[in-house]
Amino acid sequence: MARIKTIARRTFLIGSTAIVGGAAFGVYQINRDAPNPLVAGEGEATLNPFVLITKDGVTLITPRAEMGQGVQTTLAALAAEELDVAWEDITVLHGPPAQAYYNSVFLGFAIPGAHYKDTAFKHGLRQQVGKVGKLLDLQGTGGSTSMKDFYERMRYVGASAREALKIAASIKIGVDVADLTTKDSAVIAPDGTIIPYVDLVEAVRNVTAPDVELRDKSTWKYLGRPMPRTDMVGKSTGTAQYATDIQLDRMKFATVRMSPTRNGMISYDADIAKKMDGVEAIINMGDGIAVVATNTWLAIQAAEAVDISWAPATYPADTAGLRSAILASLKGEANSTVRDDGDVSTDVAGTEVTAEYYVPWLAHTTMEPMTATAYFTGDALEVWAGNQSPTATRDACAQAVGLDSAQVTINTTMMGGAFGRRGENDFSVQAALIAKAMPNTPIRMAWSRKEDIRNDFFRPAIAAQFRGVIQDAKAVLVDGKIAGPSVFHISSLRQQGSIPPGPDRLHVEGAADQPYSIPNFRIAGYLTDIDVPLGFWRSVGASANGFILDTFIDELAHAAGTDPLQFRLDLARSEHGPSASVIEAVREMSAWTGNTPDGIGRGVAFTHSFGTPVAEVIEVEDTGNGIKINKCWIAADLGVVLDPRIVKTQMISGVIYGLSAAMQGEITFSDGMVEQENFYDYDALRMHTVPKFEVRLLENNLFLGGAGEPSTPPSMPALGNALFDLTGTRARELPLIKTFDLIL
Amino acid sequence: MSKRLLINGSVHDVDLPDNVPLLWVLRDEVGLTGTKFGCGAGACGACTVHIDGEAVRSCQITLVDVWGEVTTIEGLGTPTNMAIIQQAWVDHQVAQCGYCQSGQIMNASALLHETPQATDQDIDDAMKGNLCRCGTYPRIRAAIKDAAQRISEKV
Repeated sequence: MARIKTIARRTFLIGSTAIVGGAAFGVYQINRDAPNPLVAGEGEATLNPFVLITKDGVTLITPRAEMGQGVQTTLAALAAEELDVAWEDITVLHGPPAQAYYNSVFLGFAIPGAHYKDTAFKHGLRQQVGKVGKLLDLQGTGGSTSMKDFYERMRYVGASAREALKIAASIKIGVDVADLTTKDSAVIAPDGTIIPYVDLVEAVRNVTAPDVELRDKSTWKYLGRPMPRTDMVGKSTGTAQYATDIQLDRMKFATVRMSPTRNGMISYDADIAKKMDGVEAIINMGDGIAVVATNTWLAIQAAEAVDISWAPATYPADTAGLRSAILASLKGEANSTVRDDGDVSTDVAGTEVTAEYYVPWLAHTTMEPMTATAYFTGDALEVWAGNQSPTATRDACAQAVGLDSAQVTINTTMMGGAFGRRGENDFSVQAALIAKAMPNTPIRMAWSRKEDIRNDFFRPAIAAQFRGVIQDAKAVLVDGKIAGPSVFHISSLRQQGSIPPGPDRLHVEGAADQPYSIPNFRIAGYLTDIDVPLGFWRSVGASANGFILDTFIDELAHAAGTDPLQFRLDLARSEHGPSASVIEAVREMSAWTGNTPDGIGRGVAFTHSFGTPVAEVIEVEDTGNGIKINKCWIAADLGVVLDPRIVKTQMISGVIYGLSAAMQGEITFSDGMVEQENFYDYDALRMHTVPKFEVRLLENNLFLGGAGEPSTPPSMPALGNALFDLTGTRARELPLIKTFDLIL
Repeated sequence: MSKRLLINGSVHDVDLPDNVPLLWVLRDEVGLTGTKFGCGAGACGACTVHIDGEAVRSCQITLVDVWGEVTTIEGLGTPTNMAIIQQAWVDHQVAQCGYCQSGQIMNASALLHETPQATDQDIDDAMKGNLCRCGTYPRIRAAIKDAAQRISEKV
């Protein structure tokens, strides 16, 4: 208990926004105008918004949320590479919501054009536009942006701090700075004297550091190597802290039941519930109820016992009705034509191929259901939440409880998975509101699994119609129509209150932006006007379009009588070298011949997303007792691999997430409510169904690519294409369990 | 109704209704938060603890039914004194989000106690009740095999 209080005090301190003490850093141009949110206490020095040195060691602020992707380890390695701090001396903290930690990549996505076509000029343009994020206090973890965002920023942070420490040491011991070096968390004098950084806390407080060049890649000692993760011991001993693990004196436990029709509550009767064991309060949340009790389980039991009448959903009430609406939108006017090469309306001679596809609604199902802990004292609110958007969470919580943002402290904890779900702030706001209803009582809120699935922000169902023409065994025309409700529009409306102008690129990403040279190539987006709450699901639009386009490419290859791997290679080679190289890599890794023995099937797939081209080959086997996935080969090109183990882990993780959905993921609706409620009816890959993996990372890409999402899109078509190779049956609809006898 | 529990070698007197699951006794009453809630239905394994050495889903065992000494992840080892299996988890850098790992480790620990030379089939059979949404399975398998090796060398 004491330990947690210490942490709470520390984060409270850091959470204040005053600029106190510390070295004045004018050198770090990108952050020149963003105030340092860190407050140096007695015996501490904050060298910039990212480096805090105390008598106990070096704390690095790694301001991107750790959802399992290893981001805090690699952010620490980027700073440590220049700072020369010994790895075991580093403590990492997410830090408070602050402008200094803004996301400099998000807004760059608004620049038109496929990422694979980016030139140095266009890349620079994206970076410039991205910096506007600072003015909006746009702090967020997502879109596979963290390394693009911090590849240079974090190294400059480390280099500036290192030079400041050298200047401090120079003053302290009267030796010229040029004669000092740094190593293992210490400044080294020419005579070998070691001055530990922790002994320079006082001296460094008045130092202004000079401009510093970054070190050459050839000198790297941490980057490019597998570093031990900073969170690994905690997560192997049950001591890592999630929002649901916060312990405070006099704490009470809460849960919610929010409208599963997503349209509010007509009435409720809590007469039975309020008399149940341990129940302390039942709170009207407007669109649902919360129960506060002496134990989470007792709260969940009481919440189930509340008799609630829900308002009917405003969207079609069942899966079939929703599907009809999506299909109907295909017949309307196109909302976007992001890709329109050549002219698909001309009469092109050749073999015509047409196909229709449909992928279902999906939930995120993080291992940790939505949770948050909150403490409201009348003029202050402190919230502990695993969240991907701390500034937005702070502002939403402040507004909900009627405080200024400056009165709200947000502690971003470890997350038991996120996959895009924790970019939302619904759960944090709920905890804040419950805490406001129970002032001076710390509230730890946890959702039940049923609540977590039913009140998710979903990956929408998507329908598509594709037409292609093969001429001389080559694709000369692809005309694709993609229909479904817009994740971008619905989430923007919810989070910012408005829909950004311009075509919805996310709706067609993974299809319109593929590096394929097809003379007549058009991808049109059709938006369905239904208001099921939608959110960002790992790889977003590409999670649907990767399956759709790549499956169609596979169909074209077969119609052309060409090996499907060679077919993709021919399409990519003239358009984008690094993409062609990853396809060649999986050919070599898997010893691809295009032929498989009886009872074995193989499929290849490729998607370029989040700046990273990824090719995958999947092998399936008919065991006679169901079909199992034997192996998956993955090749990806992120430009620079900052931590090969973490990146390989992300590639495998993304495939397992994608295959789980491709095999069996499906959310269905009835009476306006989601029908699934737990892992027994919404499951995923497990130990006995997971294939073997082999991963190769290439470094030909011109710019840094993302790691967390790009392996997910090609995993789904790779499996579908392998099943076609095995069975001769083409699945144009997910999940695949509906068509094939897969071992689950 | 007060019930006396032996947890990680310490005695705890717990005053909660009989039907409260052990998981919620551990997390909310005793303050042992290393054991996680994932589903409440015995479908994910995140809440796995040992009762007299046997791996059980603590969300499915009511307080009144706890029949022996309870061991949680905190009782297996600590950051400065990890059990062999926890060290194997660190060496293989198994965890990603980490939320399921307490349950994975407790289940694997019971498996190796019962079947010290666990085969791939044994690992499949024993571990398939433990869900991991990050997909750490390949490294879980490697860590279990490594821990088995280290335990056999120690004996």
